Amino acid sequence: MCRIGSIKSKVPIQPSKALHLMLPQQEGHDNSGFAMVMQDLYGIFSNYKDKPLLSLACTQRGAQLVEDYMDAHNFVPLAEWIPVPDKRPGLDIKAMPYYIFRNYDYPEEAGHMSKEEKENLLLDTRLALRKILTENNAGFVYSFWPDVLTLKEIGDPADIATYFHLWDDNGCLVAKSIVAQCRQNTNYDIVRYAAHPFFLQGYTLCANGENTFYTKNKEFQSSLHRGYIGFESDSQCFLNTLHYVHHELKWPLTYYKHVITPLPFEECEQREDKDVLVAIRQSLANLEINGPNTVIGVLPDCRMITCCDSKKLRPVVVGRDENMVAISSEVCGINEIMPNRDQSQDIYPNEREIVVIDNDLEVQRWKQ
Amino acid sequence: MEAVKTQDIGVNDLPWKIEYHAERCTMCGSCVAGCSFKAIKVEVQKQSLTVSEGSQPEPKHTHIARPIIKQVASLTDFCRGCGMCEKICPNNAIRPVRNADTRKTLLSKDNGPIKRGGRTNLNAQRTLDSIVVGRISQMTDPSLDAARHTFDIRAPFGRVLPAKDLPFEIKDGKLVQKAKTPPVDWIYPLIFSDMSIGALSTRAWEAVALAVGYLNEKCGLPVRMSSGEGGMPVKLLESDYLKYFIIQIASGHFGWNRIIKAMPHMVTDPAGILIKIGQGAKPGDGGLLPSAKVAEHVQAIRGVPKATLASPPNHQGLYSIEESVQKMHLSMNAAFGFRVPVGIKCAASATSVSVYNNLLRDPYKICGGFFIDGIQGGTGAANEVSLDHTGHPVVSKIRDCYLAAVKQGLQGQIPLYGGGGIGMTGNAAADAFKLMCLGANGVFVGKVLIQLLGCVGNEQGRCNSCNTGKCPMGICTQDPRLVKRLDIDKGAQKIVDYVLAFDSELKKLMAPIGNSSLPIGRSDALVSTDKAVADQLGIQYVC
Repeated sequence: MCRIGSIKSKVPIQPSKALHLMLPQQEGHDNSGFAMVMQDLYGIFSNYKDKPLLSLACTQRGAQLVEDYMDAHNFVPLAEWIPVPDKRPGLDIKAMPYYIFRNYDYPEEAGHMSKEEKENLLLDTRLALRKILTENNAGFVYSFWPDVLTLKEIGDPADIATYFHLWDDNGCLVAKSIVAQCRQNTNYDIVRYAAHPFFLQGYTLCANGENTFYTKNKEFQSSLHRGYIGFESDSQCFLNTLHYVHHELKWPLTYYKHVITPLPFEECEQREDKDVLVAIRQSLANLEINGPNTVIGVLPDCRMITCCDSKKLRPVVVGRDENMVAISSEVCGINEIMPNRDQSQDIYPNEREIVVIDNDLEVQRWKQ
Repeated sequence: MEAVKTQDIGVNDLPWKIEYHAERCTMCGSCVAGCSFKAIKVEVQKQSLTVSEGSQPEPKHTHIARPIIKQVASLTDFCRGCGMCEKICPNNAIRPVRNADTRKTLLSKDNGPIKRGGRTNLNAQRTLDSIVVGRISQMTDPSLDAARHTFDIRAPFGRVLPAKDLPFEIKDGKLVQKAKTPPVDWIYPLIFSDMSIGALSTRAWEAVALAVGYLNEKCGLPVRMSSGEGGMPVKLLESDYLKYFIIQIASGHFGWNRIIKAMPHMVTDPAGILIKIGQGAKPGDGGLLPSAKVAEHVQAIRGVPKATLASPPNHQGLYSIEESVQKMHLSMNAAFGFRVPVGIKCAASATSVSVYNNLLRDPYKICGGFFIDGIQGGTGAANEVSLDHTGHPVVSKIRDCYLAAVKQGLQGQIPLYGGGGIGMTGNAAADAFKLMCLGANGVFVGKVLIQLLGCVGNEQGRCNSCNTGKCPMGICTQDPRLVKRLDIDKGAQKIVDYVLAFDSELKKLMAPIGNSSLPIGRSDALVSTDKAVADQLGIQYVC
């Protein structure tokens, strides 16, 4: 089973904090990789928060292909961070030749675009780059969005951190929100795209547990939106559903829970809003999940959420102090980074709630 | 020898031969009285016997005339193998035995095509038995406990809108429905299929209806029953129990005179309307009720004289599917104020996907269910040539229709129900579960129900005489003496018990795959030991 974790902080934090959250849980995962999505960036990206940031890992040819494409589509590179890796011998990492984190300015014609049109432009650009890189076996593109950085690699998480100097806390990579996972392995092939967290148009999500309705979810989502592709991991379905409910249907966030873990019909009958609940259940029956799962997500507005399956088969705990809230599969991770917090304030979300952490770190529990 | 011609019928020409042990027979006459087909008779036979009647052996050869039971050698009054004689004989003196040398099918066409009831006897293959639930939750996810967890076993009946078309608006952070949507009811995924009053005896129909009432009122299982094409008793139409019944309209429109007259007096809406276009047992044929079964009460309900009632193969005046949608669906929807789901039942066919696509794309969004009836469905009366040589298996058809919807992102919008042979080997739950994994929302059963009432017909040519009006079990007959054989309460109880077991067995299949909701379309849960089946259905082949 995957262990997942996330931190939302009032002050910017460095990736080592997320590693300290995850590594105590390593008995529970297989240390086969490390992946994180950072949002609300500071450090070297401070001045470009409104400019889309491209995160990719590629070969030299891949780098050239991306550059050609971006040039041809009038994206203007503004700044970039290319990590200089620590290539000491003995590190367990299957590194790619290049890791590129580059801010672009929008093409000139985007000046007249609405927010939605810009969002679509960024998505379509990422999808086009993914296609080019895949066709040429030249790399992987993870996110292309303002103020969001994604890093994924196969190997031992501690070694991957060494490779990228993440233990150095050198102030390059800092953010107020980090979602992380220390496992690359999935039930299917080992592919970088299969590593959580996943990202789509401002939404970040990681999940654990088998998605037993994977086939149903996938068959339905495949025709719902062009961004719902890949499906290298069954957990991508959770992200697609979050994006569909909140971004496409524009329903309030609370209905995400009603879609993935609908109330039993008998309980719906007791509710005042039963018409709405039943209509949702029947229209989106194919987005239901029915396995053992915990979900951690981050929304475009940086709010962080977590929720569980309807039988509470997977654990999750939320711990907090004045400056930080952390969500983790196991409490030992939170004990590591927040040993002095008031443990009585820890929240073990139940099967019928979404825990939402807003940007003031106020923690809300929404009952389904 | 001159008295016998080669064209004469002998008992060895018949499908069943009576095995009779005169030495055990007490001449009680029960078998002859009980044989509704008059296939056996009492005769006096001259016998050559050696007998000893004293306390010491005194064998004596003698010729005596003795009454015996004898099989009738007739192509009309022939033994159907129902076994009623065996059932009632106190001394095990008589029983029917299958005759491999029968020539009956060949010889009995003097009065035109052979007609019979039951199922196909030539296409009883069982695709579902080469499929097993092969994806078991272990390690990566836990199995559930069938006895402890709660399961949500419900299926939609009604037109489901895509989420983006739901008439929602946001008020105070909550979704509110601002306009009406098509009616959708969540029912038990096992529908009691359409067998009419007429095809069934009043007692048999009542027993099934009674079971439906009990399952709903006492067991909390919202099982629905289709009336069949033959109307319903007015008292039932005007009662609160109407809500458990799906009223069928078929091409003969039988019973609708009374239904329409009852509409102003209805105190509740029916569970649905089912437009019957075709039937799996005899695709391309309409309903058939031989005059032998058109008893007085059937004449009254249907408003017809005593005559063979043959429904036309088509709904008159319909020449295209668009018309069907506009005329039939709209008028049926309108008749009940757009409050009642209207579904359509077709025989499985090579064209089923086209039909389903048309329904899915219908701009009115008023088709509330697509019922596909496979070749193994039963019937009360049909030409044998139709039963055995026309039709289409339902399993791949359900899958094809589901995948056609998947391709367009429309899965689940018109619920799919599969029928025809469900429970043929006794376990309807396993069949239902597998069909649901392949894409069906639920199943419908008919034959299983009457088998629970006592029907002994099967796919090996046993009985299948539903068309004759002589059903020995009192199920498919209107003869009051035969109908009396059926105990309504016991029959209903048998059905209730079966459905309760069905429910438990469904849970026993859902639990190991880790699901508490029905796994509609979860083809990944199935594997097949037959490569061709696996390839056709798009599931894993295992060996």
